[in-house]
Amino acid sequence: MTAQGPVTKSLQLTEEGQLRHFLTLDGLDRALLTDILDTADSFIEVGERSIKKVPLLRGRTVVNLFFESSTRTRSTFELAAKRLSADVLNLDINTSATSKGESLSDTLLNLEAMASDMFIVRHSQSGAPHFIAESVTPGVAIINAGDGRHAHPTQAMLDMLTIRQHKGRFEGLKVAIVGDVLHSRVARSQIRALQELGVSEVRVIAPATLLPSDVESLGCKVEYDMTRGMKDLDVVIMLRLQKERMEGALLPSEREFYRLYGLNREKLALADPECIVMHPGPINRGVEIESAVADGPQSVILDQVTNGIAIRMAVMSMAMGGQMADRNRQLAERKSQ
Amino acid sequence: MSGKNQQSSSSLALIGGRLATSGEAVTVVIRDGRIESLGQPDVGHTTDQQIDVSGCLISPGFVDLCCNLREPGNGQKGNIASESRAAARGGFTTLCASPETSPVNDSGAVTNLILDVAAKKSKVRILPIGAITRGLEGELLSDMSGLAGAGCVAMGNGSRPVRNARVLRRCMAYAQTFGLTVMFAPENQALAADGYAHDGSVAARLGLLGVPEVAETAAVMEMLLLAEETGARLHLSQLSCGRSVDMLREARGRGISVTADVAMHQLLFTENALSGFDSRFHVRPPLRSEHDRQALVAGVQDGTIDAVTSQHQPHDSAAKQAPLAATEPGLSTVETTLSMGLKLVDRGELTLPRLVHSLTVGPASVIQRNAVIKQGVPADLCVFDPDGSWSPSDDTLLSAGRHHPFPHQSLPGVVRLTLCNGETAWTSEQS
Repeated sequence: MTAQGPVTKSLQLTEEGQLRHFLTLDGLDRALLTDILDTADSFIEVGERSIKKVPLLRGRTVVNLFFESSTRTRSTFELAAKRLSADVLNLDINTSATSKGESLSDTLLNLEAMASDMFIVRHSQSGAPHFIAESVTPGVAIINAGDGRHAHPTQAMLDMLTIRQHKGRFEGLKVAIVGDVLHSRVARSQIRALQELGVSEVRVIAPATLLPSDVESLGCKVEYDMTRGMKDLDVVIMLRLQKERMEGALLPSEREFYRLYGLNREKLALADPECIVMHPGPINRGVEIESAVADGPQSVILDQVTNGIAIRMAVMSMAMGGQMADRNRQLAERKSQ
Repeated sequence: MSGKNQQSSSSLALIGGRLATSGEAVTVVIRDGRIESLGQPDVGHTTDQQIDVSGCLISPGFVDLCCNLREPGNGQKGNIASESRAAARGGFTTLCASPETSPVNDSGAVTNLILDVAAKKSKVRILPIGAITRGLEGELLSDMSGLAGAGCVAMGNGSRPVRNARVLRRCMAYAQTFGLTVMFAPENQALAADGYAHDGSVAARLGLLGVPEVAETAAVMEMLLLAEETGARLHLSQLSCGRSVDMLREARGRGISVTADVAMHQLLFTENALSGFDSRFHVRPPLRSEHDRQALVAGVQDGTIDAVTSQHQPHDSAAKQAPLAATEPGLSTVETTLSMGLKLVDRGELTLPRLVHSLTVGPASVIQRNAVIKQGVPADLCVFDPDGSWSPSDDTLLSAGRHHPFPHQSLPGVVRLTLCNGETAWTSEQS
């Protein structure tokens, strides 16, 4: 595993190693990932109170900048921001500026003029949040809510939180990710998180057309045969299959995919009896997962949704803390001059 | 260095330098634009001007087979005046201008326009490449004979694909009728699809759309077979894969008339340059693996690859300020090409004579030209200090394109003097 270049590391971490943006899990060490999980744990309790707010981001403006539509991720980010007492602005850029030919740089300049403190960015192109983080004025935190095929780090971290809740550890776990890894930003972030947190094995299970060319370089084991791949699993993560995949000559049919790579009770029975079943949602029942499994006792899919809010609260508050630390350091430096 | 920079000097002596290829100490005397004599350093000379070039190497002026001058049509990215001046600073005296202009150079009128502007604005020689298909659309043949008559030295399709093998075959056969060299950047369009990065480990990790190696090698194989069948003089430009070098070597062994070039940045950088989504390194073909890089360098060193080009692609800043996939491909390199080559020499990957050869004799022979230092030839010379260093920056670069590979870095090799036809195209005393 090569860690991502020092450029990205210095972009998303402060000199003291605090998060100032949350763009990718590359370059973040186990201690920091654990810190995120621990912080999220403390916010889970907030969600159980009758008054579900803490004042950490009071007076801050959080902009949901979604260049690609999403209901679930956007609403959990919105809820997380509101529980942190931030003001939230939802911008669906799909239908506004960029369709009028405005460049992303120009859109950003306009948004910055509104004195926002944090952008939650979803974009169809890999690396777009990196570009935004490099372009915005210092002091604005960028949180990646999914970019192209690159990364979906909050999703991966909420998955890690779910695994930790159910398994209590990462060491020694065997985890499989099944389905369309090629197009999946979720899978890339999950693979990185699982490896950094020290699981013993990450398998990817899919036909060759749905795997990146050099997938072994990510450090996972490739398995084409799902019945073999399910053996001894502690965690199985199913990925959503987009219908477009049939058109690009990547798959013959949904039916064949379900027969070979869909998770049903028979295949699940091949795993460890305590194996948990995860899915980032939204689920295609009967395409990648059988209803009886999605709703069954081993499924933790709804826990993932609940944990999503806590993880997003954790990451947002930590990134804002990093930005504050940057600002305080600059002020101190200016004073000492 | 001392002396005046009068371009009207009818005679000039370069004193104290050594020939770049042999290391031989020499005094070069230039009269009326031509090399009059190559003498011993201690021989006295009676010339209008004498320039002390002690410590410098003297090479034939560099020849660039692939340079984008952006004129006509893309003034916001550069023009013949700005880019030829940048090229002269890089030691180039001959530039093959890409047909990818707006309008495309697919008619004698556009060729004449380029040559007219060049005559007025450029101190280096500009030799246009004609578009082999009309509008570079890859569908219909252009008036190749007319283009050649107007001054195009070869026919090519820039970095654009030709629709299918039938059109490609007819392009080669028609060009062969007139003995014209055809230049193609091998890329199978269907396999390259929307890719913009090498389909390797970095693309896998960052979720970039990959261009597989076979997108190039399948096209190389197809082109070699068609060249063999049609007898066309084929030049493969902008190679990026190690396997392409093997195929080229093998085809040469069978007597196929084929030459090839590689962009200098392909010899220095790999897919890792894209870590961190650095859009400057979005180039086409993409930077590939370390294995490919080494094979390309070896191909230059053993002569399988004839020429190294700048593949200079100046852009306005907006073209590079977007998420990686939305940026335009290309680096601004014409001023740093020599320095990049000298880095390879410093590392022991390339010998200095081979570097110079691949920037001079190699590319010149592809377009049936010479690039030698001998008595009687036009004085196209590059005088550079291999031990000098400089730092390219927005303030020091002459190209309109500021997206060069080395911000805040000191680079080896300073071009002191570039002479084209005996006239000063660049001297470091200007800056």
